[in-house]
Amino acid sequence: MSIENGNSPSKLKKIFEAGHFAVTSECGPPRSSDGHEVEEKAHLIGDYVDAINVTDNQTAVVRLCSLASCIRIKQMGYEPILQMVTRDRNRIGMQADILGAASFGIDTMLCLTGDHQSFGDHPTAANVFDLDSTQLIATVKQMRDEKKLLSGFEMKVGPQMFIGAAANPFADPFEIRVSRLAKKVAAGAQFIQTQCIYNMEKFKLWMKLIVDRGLHEKVYIMAGLTPMKSLGMAKYMKNRVPGMDVPDSVINRLAGVPKEKQAEEGIKMCIEQIQELKEVEGVRGFHIMAIEWEQKVPEIVKGGGLYPRPKVD
Amino acid sequence: MIIAKPKPIDEIINEVKDLDKILVAGCDGCVTVCEAGGMKEAQILGSALRMYFRQAGKDTKVDEISLTRQCDRPYLEQAADKVKEYDAVVSLACGAGVQFLAETFNGKPIFPGVNTCFIGVTEQKGEWTERCQACGDCILASTGGICPIARCSKRMSNGPCGGSSNGNCEISKDTACGWHLIYERLKELGQLDRFERPNEPKNWSTSRDGGPRKVIKEVSHQ
Repeated sequence: MSIENGNSPSKLKKIFEAGHFAVTSECGPPRSSDGHEVEEKAHLIGDYVDAINVTDNQTAVVRLCSLASCIRIKQMGYEPILQMVTRDRNRIGMQADILGAASFGIDTMLCLTGDHQSFGDHPTAANVFDLDSTQLIATVKQMRDEKKLLSGFEMKVGPQMFIGAAANPFADPFEIRVSRLAKKVAAGAQFIQTQCIYNMEKFKLWMKLIVDRGLHEKVYIMAGLTPMKSLGMAKYMKNRVPGMDVPDSVINRLAGVPKEKQAEEGIKMCIEQIQELKEVEGVRGFHIMAIEWEQKVPEIVKGGGLYPRPKVD
Repeated sequence: MIIAKPKPIDEIINEVKDLDKILVAGCDGCVTVCEAGGMKEAQILGSALRMYFRQAGKDTKVDEISLTRQCDRPYLEQAADKVKEYDAVVSLACGAGVQFLAETFNGKPIFPGVNTCFIGVTEQKGEWTERCQACGDCILASTGGICPIARCSKRMSNGPCGGSSNGNCEISKDTACGWHLIYERLKELGQLDRFERPNEPKNWSTSRDGGPRKVIKEVSHQ
């Protein structure tokens, strides 16, 4: 594997390099200044994953900031992944936050454009989008590899980030998706966390196209999974969430069990997906997004045969 | 051209209801073409104001005029004598015209009669859509002649994002995904290599981000 070896002490990077399936999950900070909520969520999942994504005002809803939450998680002894969207800050603000994160030993990032503010709790806000996700990836890479800010200013100490990006194999048109991933890899993405997968056939087709182009040897791909809590959630995801592909087979399976058993069925489906995806060439890990259901992450990780998590130096 | 749309009549009435002599000034430029502020719309607004004042039992004088362009000083000066006769002017020009009128006629209250919307095109009779945000550094050569700044809701340089579906933007099914259009057009042009080439961060200093802008052309005096 010839993943571009940018200098980073990232634990996630070491897990990949040691050939293990990597496991990440995420923690959405609260809509308040109660930092303990972040810690409680991190406690629930910390020992079952290699690193914890911390969302950045996800769905354009104001929350306790990703950077402060990441610092809390780091101080607990877990490894945070700083998610950063380009919607809310310009290149000055984002570079400053990257330096601040690195100063606390945060060494793994996920670079995103971010949902449009019209979906969030401040739909009348201005948006920034000075850079997009691809340009943020290239920015972090330059800061790390050349120790230079976008301005060209040379830093004495640069941030040592392991750089992640998102990919949605299900967005339309399908034929663009591999091209766009290639572009993010060209910009410097080293690992990819995908949109949550429900359409396994389409995901496998996407992976095949990735492998055909040799991209799986240039970037670590983590399959994104979100367990369904209920039939209602599945229907919501199918009909209301942009870029989501929920096949009828998923709906039908949940509809086929009594309401009180649907959550259990959702977990079972998620575990079966892990088992199946382990056999797909190019899949190097799992990103489990149990939205407001963090307490189920241990069960999924164990059920997927991914526990205990390996120790790396 | 500049696309505008008439302000709600109540908003205009609220500004002018205490005046005695009002001039409604249309503009024969862009706002005439987009049917928001030409002579025809000036007359419609004038009638509506007269009706309001009559019902309110007021003897307010309302007249209409339309200038060739409100964004050129000579045309504003042609209207100087007329403007003097009124307490205030409701301008149906774009924001540039309203401001130039205000700058030209010191001490004369000027009210906007339209909301200036964007630089766009006439799709069909009665429908206008945005094409340009005047960023001052055109990139259309590399994007198949379709502007991602004006036509992507996130103004991405390297789109599309994961939210588009069936060629539509995630924010609305009535909005085309700009990057979907770019991709299809680059494909048609045999230029898909441009799609995979990462576009560098943009220089926004030529856009509104760089402060109020000015263009100076060397004038030859032959």
